[in-house]
Amino acid sequence: MANIYSSTTFMEHNSHPDYKYEMDAPTHSHEGINPSCGDELTLQLRVEDGVIEEASFTGHGCAISQASADIMAELITEETVEEARRLAGLFLAMIRGEELSEEDYEDLDEAAQLKDISHMPARVKCAELAWRTLDGMLEGEPSA
Amino acid sequence: MIDTESVSCETCTAPTPGMIDASDEASRAWPRVDIDANPYKEAFPLFAERPDIAFLDSAATAQRPSCVLDAQKRFYETMNANPLRGLYSLSVEATEAIAGVRAQIARLIGAVDERDRAQASEIVFTRNTSEALNLVAKAFAPGVLKPGDEVAITIMEHHSNLIPWQQACRAAGATLVYLYPTKTGELTDEEIAAKIGPKTKIVAATMVSNVLGCRVPVEKLGRAVHAHGGYLVVDAAQSVPHMPVDVREIGADFLAFSAHKALGPMGVGVLWGRMELLDAAEPFLTGGEMIDSVTEQDAVWAPVPEKFEAGTQDAAGIYATGVALDYLVNEVGYDAIQAREQALVHYAMSRMVELPYVEILGSIYWDRHHGVISFNVRGIHPHDVASILDMDGVCIRAGHHCAQPLLAWMECENLACCRASLAFYNDRADIDRFIEGLENVWNTFH
Repeated sequence: MANIYSSTTFMEHNSHPDYKYEMDAPTHSHEGINPSCGDELTLQLRVEDGVIEEASFTGHGCAISQASADIMAELITEETVEEARRLAGLFLAMIRGEELSEEDYEDLDEAAQLKDISHMPARVKCAELAWRTLDGMLEGEPSA
Repeated sequence: MIDTESVSCETCTAPTPGMIDASDEASRAWPRVDIDANPYKEAFPLFAERPDIAFLDSAATAQRPSCVLDAQKRFYETMNANPLRGLYSLSVEATEAIAGVRAQIARLIGAVDERDRAQASEIVFTRNTSEALNLVAKAFAPGVLKPGDEVAITIMEHHSNLIPWQQACRAAGATLVYLYPTKTGELTDEEIAAKIGPKTKIVAATMVSNVLGCRVPVEKLGRAVHAHGGYLVVDAAQSVPHMPVDVREIGADFLAFSAHKALGPMGVGVLWGRMELLDAAEPFLTGGEMIDSVTEQDAVWAPVPEKFEAGTQDAAGIYATGVALDYLVNEVGYDAIQAREQALVHYAMSRMVELPYVEILGSIYWDRHHGVISFNVRGIHPHDVASILDMDGVCIRAGHHCAQPLLAWMECENLACCRASLAFYNDRADIDRFIEGLENVWNTFH
C-alpha cells in the first residue's frame, strides 16, 4: 500500500493549511463531525452569484481530515456551486474505491493524491469529512 | 506513601534503558523473565500465518491458541446437537459439555459453596460482557432502584458498564454518581467514602481500566456499598485474562467477562451472580428454552441460569471457552502470565520514556499497568499514529476506547488516545518494533 503520509503535498497541507481560518462574512457555514476520530470541522463559504468566491474551514482532527479539508477548500475556490458539487461527488466516489476517468482525476488535482486512503477503510470517513460537509451544505443550492 | 525510588529491570537490557519508577510494593520485586524467548507464540496459528505483525491490541481481543480453534471444530464434528432440547445421546453430550464449562468457570472465579462445590447454576452465558452487564442493569436493577436512589460507577468504565446504568437510573428516577480517581488512576479511600453512602444501591466498577490499565480496588467498593445494604457489580473483562479473580475475595454480587479477551471465541460472555439475586431478577430476554411451561396468556420461567438464556446458545463457543480458560489458567498459568506481562510492560515503558514526544497516560509506575499502556504522541492525532504504525505491521488501538467520559475527564484532545496492550504471547521483538514504529511516526511529521 502506498503511504499517504509520505506524500509531500499531503503533509504540507496538514502542517500549513492555508485555508484554515475563520471567515469574516460567510454566506454558508456548516459543521461536520466524524465520531470515529473525534474530528470536528466547520466549513465556511462565501458564495456570490453561484460562484464560491471564498472557502475556509476551522476545527481539529487527524492529519487526513485536516489535509483533505485544506485541499478541498483550495480546489473549490472560484468554482461554481455546480462544479464544486460535481468535484465532491467525484472525490467521494474515488475514496469509496471507484475508478475514475483520467480527466476526472485531473479535475480533482491534488485531491486525487488521497486515492490511497480508499485502501484504509478505518480512515475513509476522515478523508470524506470536509467533502460530505460541502455536499450537505450545497444541497438544494441554486446553481449559477 | 509513594516510593519514588527508581528501579531498572535486570533482564531488560535496552541499549540505554530508561529508568522508570515502580510503586513501593513492586520496587523490590521487579520482573525477572526472559522476554527474548517466546515459548507461547507457536501455539497461536495467527502468528504463523501473519509473521509480519506485532500484535499489541489484546485488550480489544486476544488471539486464540490452536487448542481453542480445534475445540470449536471438534464440537461440531463430534458432539453437535442442540443442547437442552434433544432426548437423544448426542444432544445430551452437547448439554453436558456446556454444563462442564459452567462448573469450570464457577470454580475458576471462586463461585463455590462452603463445601467447595462449584455453583455452576450461578453461571449465565451471554454473548459478551456488554450483554451480561445489560442483563444486570435491565433485569436486576429495576427491582432495587427507587426514585432518589443512587448508582455509583467510576469514570473509568467502558461504555458497556456505563450506558446500561444511565438507562437504569433514568428509568428508575435514580441518580448516576461517578467516582473519580487521581490523575494516575488511584481511587482514594476519601473518594469512596464521599461517593458511596446510604442512597447507594448499586456500585458497578471495572476491575482493571481498559484505558489506564490500573487495578481498581473493587474490594473496597464492595465493602463500602455492602455497609449500606447495596450491591457490587464487577466488570472483569480486562482482569480475567491477566490475573486471578475470586468473587468471594472481591465481595462481588455480580461479575461479568468475555471469552474473547481470554483466548476464547468471540460471541460468548459470562455473567456470574449470587443465586438469590439471579433468582429474584426478571428474565432479560424471553423465548425458547427459558421457560418451564407456557399457556396462551402466561409463562412460567425456567430456573436460573436457563431463565436468562433464551434461544440457542453458541454451544461450540462455550465448549471452546472451557478449553481456552483451561489453557490460560492451567497450561500457561496466572503466575507466568503476570510475571511475563509485567516484564513486557516494564520494558515497553522504559523504552517509551526515552522518547521525549511520547506521553504515557495514567500511572508513571509500570507495575500499575496491567497489560495496558495508553499514550499520545505530541501533536499527532492518535488515528494517524495507529495508521503509520500499521504500515510497519504494528497493531495498536487508537480512539476513545469506548470510554468517552474518561477521555473527556482527562481532557484528551480529540477525545482520543493510543493504546498498546500486551499479553503473555508478546515478546521483546514486538516491543522493539513498536518503539521503532513510534520513532517513524515522529519522523513522518518532523
